[in-house]
Amino acid sequence: MARAATTTDAFNAVAEPRRRQILDVLADGELPVNDVVRLVGLSQPQVSKHLRVLREVDAVDVREDGRQRFYRLNGEALKPIHDWIKSYEQTWTERFDRLDTVLEDLQKEGGNDRDE
Amino acid sequence: MTVTSSRSAELTLPADDQILIKREFDAPKELVYKAFTTPELVKRWWHAKRGEMTVADIDLRVGGKWRYLMVLQCDDMSEAMEVGFHGEYLEIVPGERIVSTEIYEGLPQGVSEEEGATVNTATFTEERGRTTITILIQAPSKAARDAIIDSGMEAGLQDALDLLEETAKSLG
Repeated sequence: MARAATTTDAFNAVAEPRRRQILDVLADGELPVNDVVRLVGLSQPQVSKHLRVLREVDAVDVREDGRQRFYRLNGEALKPIHDWIKSYEQTWTERFDRLDTVLEDLQKEGGNDRDE
Repeated sequence: MTVTSSRSAELTLPADDQILIKREFDAPKELVYKAFTTPELVKRWWHAKRGEMTVADIDLRVGGKWRYLMVLQCDDMSEAMEVGFHGEYLEIVPGERIVSTEIYEGLPQGVSEEEGATVNTATFTEERGRTTITILIQAPSKAARDAIIDSGMEAGLQDALDLLEETAKSLG
């Protein structure tokens, strides 16, 4: 049980962008590992590494059927965390996009502060 | 689904009780700092298009208070909803670093301000005319961070998700 906190904490496991992408792909239902690899566009070893982390925190379940391994999301408990992180990140993305506009305006003004 | 643009904010959870947000800007540090600390400028970007910012009080000195208030506009809400945050500045290195507390004004019942307060460290670093903002949000405990997450959801963040996704797509 004495594993590194960074991988056993569900929040941390879910916070990694690629792992979130894998969870998105699995949101519609169980998939064989090959489909996960194809859908997220990473190499098989990379996907396997991420799936192992997700399994350690019970974010996904694995089932073996012949030579295929099938992965699926584990429970609704994970969804609020996943949704929140996406939403929070998007809030900041949107905020910073607005800040870009403000900074462009400030740069256009240059050193010209005659308005004030 | 996944925003591949390098413009998106990068969120990580470095520890059980932390949230880290990072983003680079095509502007010198002094301007980014100015946009971050001037009320009239903050009102133009902090709302994230979710509504209108009605209050941006910034008393930028150690011990000084800040307060942001936003009126949320969501399609499926019959009434507009106010969302407020406030806190105190703990450390200021002009142009470099701002450390402040942040308290969400709609904490769930039973959560005290001490339990819900985070300490946020905003750092500004410039390289070749481009500035990176890093915001480290330190919660007092893992439980507190989870409470923040719960309260964030109650604040209707989910309701704004569709709008945000639309906007994110249009950014190209």
